Amino acid sequence: MSIDSVFVHKMWNDHELSKMVKGGIPFPMLSDSGGKVGTVYGIYDENAGVETRGRFIIDPDGVVQGFEVLTPPVGRNVGETLRQIQAFQLVRNSKGAEATPSGWKPGKKTLKPGPDLVGNVWKEWKTDMAFD
Amino acid sequence: MAEEIKAGCARPTGGPVGEPVQEKTENKENIIKEVSQMIKVGQKAPDFTAPAYFKGKFVNIKLSDYLGKWVVLCFYPGDFTFV
Repeated sequence: MSIDSVFVHKMWNDHELSKMVKGGIPFPMLSDSGGKVGTVYGIYDENAGVETRGRFIIDPDGVVQGFEVLTPPVGRNVGETLRQIQAFQLVRNSKGAEATPSGWKPGKKTLKPGPDLVGNVWKEWKTDMAFD
Repeated sequence: MAEEIKAGCARPTGGPVGEPVQEKTENKENIIKEVSQMIKVGQKAPDFTAPAYFKGKFVNIKLSDYLGKWVVLCFYPGDFTFV
């Protein structure tokens, strides 16, 4: 979503993005001229008249599980967004029985929060697991 | 799910839906409070409608139509920017 009109979105998709992504952008390119939606989400920069790089993960109940906001010159890490979605999906599927510690990615060990884990995380999780 | 919109000369726009739009009050403190409200994790994402370009068509998208699915909502400064 940006402040550009849907017409500009079409031009950008047809003339540039479709050269990067075969078949063009596979998801809706939303227009927020005036920044009304961006304002509600707290990422609209009124002085510059543009939206900053806000990214919101919304679960199937419509609840915001996470967000990240960057100033325009620095791009996102899509892999990290996907990792977070995978983690939120795992936690949701376990109905809260499992949690993903720092550095978790698919295949890595999860934690099972409960009285037995209090004071014993050091047995289950080592600092090198925070890194890839 | 998403209704198609006709490409006319007017720029289609959307906006927040559901939540009542707060009237601007004379009281400065209230205004500052409203502006400083930020999205909170664990709370409902504000619903909205917005026009979109999607697979060759202009359509209206409503966030709440995506209930039951995981959604990534991304904002960016502008088309044809570099990052």
